[in-house]
Amino acid sequence: MKPMMTDRDDLRFDAGTVLTGKWHGHRYQIVRRLGSGAQGMVYLARACERKVAVKMAKDRASLISEVNVLKKLETLRGEPLGPSLFDSDDWIVNGRTIGFCAMEYLEGTPLQEALKRTSFDWTVVYLVQLLKHLQRLHETGHVFGDLKPENLMLMNPGHSVRFLDFGGATRIGRSVREYTVFFDRGYWGLGTRKAEPGYDLFACGMIMIYAALGHRFEKKGQGEGQLLQVIRTLPRLAPYQAVLAKALKGRYVSADQMRRDLLNHIMEKQEAPAACGKRSRSRANAGGGWLGAWVTASCIMTAYVLFVIVYVM
Amino acid sequence: MHKGTLKQILLITDGCSNQGEDPVAVAALAREQGITVNVIGVLDRFDSEDGRGLQEVEGIAAAGGGISQIVQTRQLSQTVQMVTKQAMTQTIKGVINRELQDILGESETVEDLPPEKRGKVMEVVDELGETMDLDVCILVDTSASMKAKLPTVREALQDLSMSLSARMGNNQFCLYLFPGKRKQAQKVTAWTSDIGNVERTFEKIGTHGVTPTGPALKEAVKSFSQLSKKNLLFHDEAYDDGPR
Ligand SMILES: Nc1ncnc2c1ncn2[C@@H]1O[C@H](COP(=O)(O)OP(=O)(O)OP(=O)(O)O)[C@@H](O)[C@H]1O
Ligand SMILES: [Mg+2]
Repeated sequence: MKPMMTDRDDLRFDAGTVLTGKWHGHRYQIVRRLGSGAQGMVYLARACERKVAVKMAKDRASLISEVNVLKKLETLRGEPLGPSLFDSDDWIVNGRTIGFCAMEYLEGTPLQEALKRTSFDWTVVYLVQLLKHLQRLHETGHVFGDLKPENLMLMNPGHSVRFLDFGGATRIGRSVREYTVFFDRGYWGLGTRKAEPGYDLFACGMIMIYAALGHRFEKKGQGEGQLLQVIRTLPRLAPYQAVLAKALKGRYVSADQMRRDLLNHIMEKQEAPAACGKRSRSRANAGGGWLGAWVTASCIMTAYVLFVIVYVM
Repeated sequence: MHKGTLKQILLITDGCSNQGEDPVAVAALAREQGITVNVIGVLDRFDSEDGRGLQEVEGIAAAGGGISQIVQTRQLSQTVQMVTKQAMTQTIKGVINRELQDILGESETVEDLPPEKRGKVMEVVDELGETMDLDVCILVDTSASMKAKLPTVREALQDLSMSLSARMGNNQFCLYLFPGKRKQAQKVTAWTSDIGNVERTFEKIGTHGVTPTGPALKEAVKSFSQLSKKNLLFHDEAYDDGPR
């Protein structure tokens, strides 16, 4: 998609290749490829026995802006929002200059894979986490921009979500640097491409829809009606209809507000199986034993989800 | 401080010119006058990649100091806005390179600076890209083979307008179609800050056989002189940040 830039194929290097930074002189040995995107290629590499992720850019300008944001986030205290940045340099290979940065290797599962594997109850948990991070990011004066499962990582121990790719991060008030149509409110005719918290919150809503449906889809006719229709018809989304509609229509002013609202709805949803449990118990007396087992199972499920919400958040 | 205005021509076509002067030469002339020429070649699944068309698309953009990109029809929207924004960055970088020549030395450019310094320069480039005014003259090929692609072109232009209106700087657009009914290129929308209403102009057009890309480019270059400083409107165009 990117014009006038190095082709992605040109960024393919074999395991064992050593790159040396032109300016800072650090050496990195490529171990394997971690992934690739519109902006370039990411490798797992070793630097003095330490594992790092090396991102090579097709377009150095976009990498630099990403590095600028990562640097700003370094100064944030508390739980890190994304990978920490180690180095940013150029590598000269075969007369070509490739810009790269070395950052913390985030060991985990990319969210788009995690979403496929885990139940929808978990999706909601990830979203609550994500909204907490977004609130902190927005407080630094940036929106994430290109918010989508591919740009989020589920860390291995702890089930906590981290941001991966800050290439789309944009100062609030500017025009969003990078976006992906499915998660872009502009594409759906539900707002501008101006960087403001609501832009990211819309994408959060779309992540939920994507997770419930399992795939992306294209706009047909009027975007708003189509999305609202999807929300109404997907049973999994039923408990969150109101939250989603608000996020998509840009009614939330902050990530915190959406997070609180979402949490409330999750908690309310917890009551539903319990109430339903009572009803089935009265019938269970007359009926068979499996209903009792079902009630127990759903209680355990509920307790489990509650546990996760209380301890992981 | 007045930051100046970026001027671009955006040519959307699907093939070769076959009438009038050489479009590559006209693009070079445009560049001489401070106008960048970007070219988007639209193909659909059924178009074979015609070598000559491709060469022309690249040639025009290279001569016009802009960016070229060949895309499938359905990717048009994303490409149009990306090409426009990248060309802006490219132009600004070019200007900065020239301005910094004294500091950088003859053969050096911003790209040769160490990453930290380059990072600072890129922040300035970003800032300018966000705040400078932008004039884009859009030139759409409506020769017969483009007919089926025109609805997508229309959507892409609306999308472009939306992307650019999110910037802090002002934008102005004008729209020419070629070939025109009587002339080689026909102006359908005069300079305006809102191309939201291109929809209707697209419905009226008929498609023709010839493709006078060169003469059309020339018309587009001329359109910038109509944008004299006096009638530079200060638009009240405010966007709706809030919910719709
Ligand atoms: N720090 C990291 N640790 C582990 N894996 C990573 C890291 N950074 C990137 N990856 C992997 O590489 C993939 C591509 O990375 P990234 O999204 O940063 O690239 P990109 O070129 O900016 O992509 P795009 O712009 O298309 O989203 C990710 O989806 C992820 O799987
Ligand atoms: Mg990515």
